Amino acid sequence: MSASASDPKRAVPASSEGADPQKQSPAFQIEDLHVWFGSRAVLHGISLNIPSHQVTGIIGPSGCGKSTFLRALNRMHEFTPGARVQGRIRLFGDDIYESSGDPILLRRRVGMVFQKSNPFPTMSIQENVLIGLRLAGTRNRELLEERLEEALRMAALWSEVKDRLHAPGTELSGGQQQRLCIARALAVRPEVLLMDEPCSALDPIATAQIESLIRDLGQRYSIVLATHNLQEAGRTADRTAFFLEGRLIEFGSTKKLFTNPSQKQTEDYLTGRFG
Amino acid sequence: MSPQPNPSHPKPHSQKEASNEERADSRHFWIRKVVDRFFQILSILAAIVVISPLLLVFVFLLSSGGSSLTWDFLTQLPKPVGETGGGMANAIVGSCILVSLATLVSTPVGVLGGICVCEYGDARLRAAIRFTADVLNGVPSIIWGIVVYSWVVLRMKTFSGLAGGLALSFIMIPLILRTTEDVIRLVPSAYREAGLALGLRRGQVILHIILATARRGVLTGVLLAAARVAGETAPLLFTAFGNRVWAAHLQEPMAALPLQIFTYAISPYPDWHRQAWAGALVLLALVFFMSIVVRALAKGKSQ
Ligand SMILES: Nc1ncnc2c1ncn2[C@@H]1O[C@H](COP(=O)(O)OP(=O)(O)OP(=O)(O)O)[C@@H](O)[C@H]1O
Ligand SMILES: [Mg+2]
Repeated sequence: MSASASDPKRAVPASSEGADPQKQSPAFQIEDLHVWFGSRAVLHGISLNIPSHQVTGIIGPSGCGKSTFLRALNRMHEFTPGARVQGRIRLFGDDIYESSGDPILLRRRVGMVFQKSNPFPTMSIQENVLIGLRLAGTRNRELLEERLEEALRMAALWSEVKDRLHAPGTELSGGQQQRLCIARALAVRPEVLLMDEPCSALDPIATAQIESLIRDLGQRYSIVLATHNLQEAGRTADRTAFFLEGRLIEFGSTKKLFTNPSQKQTEDYLTGRFG
Repeated sequence: MSPQPNPSHPKPHSQKEASNEERADSRHFWIRKVVDRFFQILSILAAIVVISPLLLVFVFLLSSGGSSLTWDFLTQLPKPVGETGGGMANAIVGSCILVSLATLVSTPVGVLGGICVCEYGDARLRAAIRFTADVLNGVPSIIWGIVVYSWVVLRMKTFSGLAGGLALSFIMIPLILRTTEDVIRLVPSAYREAGLALGLRRGQVILHIILATARRGVLTGVLLAAARVAGETAPLLFTAFGNRVWAAHLQEPMAALPLQIFTYAISPYPDWHRQAWAGALVLLALVFFMSIVVRALAKGKSQ
């Protein structure tokens, strides 16, 4: 993971110096998280602390609740009819499900990148990156331009698109579109980035690019990366959590979890005995 | 002992068997080809049946009204009864005003209703609105004329362009609502989620992302609805009523092409019959033009 430190893409100043003192405290403290869809329980009491300024991988077989878990972290379940969330989640100490909390403000602190890249089809590259800031009320042109370049650089896309910022976002290749979506999420300067299988629809080269990007970003942001690709978790995550049927089976440093899992189920999954 | 053919007897010539199969195959091939041809001819016939009325109408209108479609017809007011000549300028402009007015009133209501059905409310409310829109779509247009007559005309104590536009807008609202709903439903939920996850408010997502993505479809729906009501006569009979001179404002009776065509067609004067044909031609051209715009929009959407 230190190989990326000399990466020329990392030319942008750190965006959140103020976060340094918090480096020790976890980004998310999750206690006894349950999620139901209708009467069906999908997450059965998950408790874990997601460290800040690291990449935390979530692995597990399809349907084990990885996406459900991520979407609980930015309150996206509020748009799913019949979904119910219970438990306590704190983001750098703030209870995110507190009734006084505004989910809009929460989602500006917790960005999300989806499995399938989804740049807004009616918007140019520039508009895609800036829409979050614009609609949050930022009018200052200089500031917008600055943030545009910053976000695109952080997403390792700047050099490829700087000459065609007004081209439609959907004109880019699949991998570029996914990086555009990352830039769009970064432009509002979130503290945490949730990534739900961001590479599963990409070819190996684009995947490698995004994975190296994730490792870079992991030094500045707290990233939660859900993936069912074990190699991907192995390559990018500092710590990894293994989910099975809505339960957290094991959570620890990626190296330890992959080489010397403490749970039998983890070992079975890693050796391909199920899932 | 007559030699019985034994089906289980292994055939000595596998070569021959293969060629048998080939022959059966080619027979099938011919049957398929004939069936194929049959359906091809059938679908061409069907296409002719569908297209020919349109062509017939066009040819018929052109031959009956084409010669009367003069500059005077397009630019002059109707002449007093008994005189020949004059035109339908006020009816052409009146129709445009009535349809624009109806579009102006019905678009916000219909689009908002469509959004409401897709994005807000609980399932039962949504089903109720959708069902209502379907029922309203089936209401005969003359009913809207009567409704607006009793609500607006009786109260204002005058026929008016306003009432006519309102009657037309009642026909347009459910049409626009349903198409809006359909095209919004086609917007992938991935865009909605991406917007919400960015911290945009619900209304912002709807306005800047969903409506922006579906805008061509919405516009197409609005234009189709406008084209549909441009030819409506019944709801205007006792709302806009018609006018042989220019209407000074919207609170006066207003001329409209379908009304004028109707009045002229049932009149006893040959000159008016002639003008009715020309009016029908203009009306058809108007609707045709709108359909072409719709097609262009729809084509742009798929690209
Ligand atoms: N909106 C929903 N309504 C009802 N059930 C749902 C909904 N979303 C997810 N589920 C169920 O919750 C369970 C967990 O789903 P989830 O999408 O979190 O799995 P996942 O681990 O992300 O799987 P994958 O690797 O395939 O993405 C699944 O059994 C799924 O059927
Ligand atoms: Mg998933």
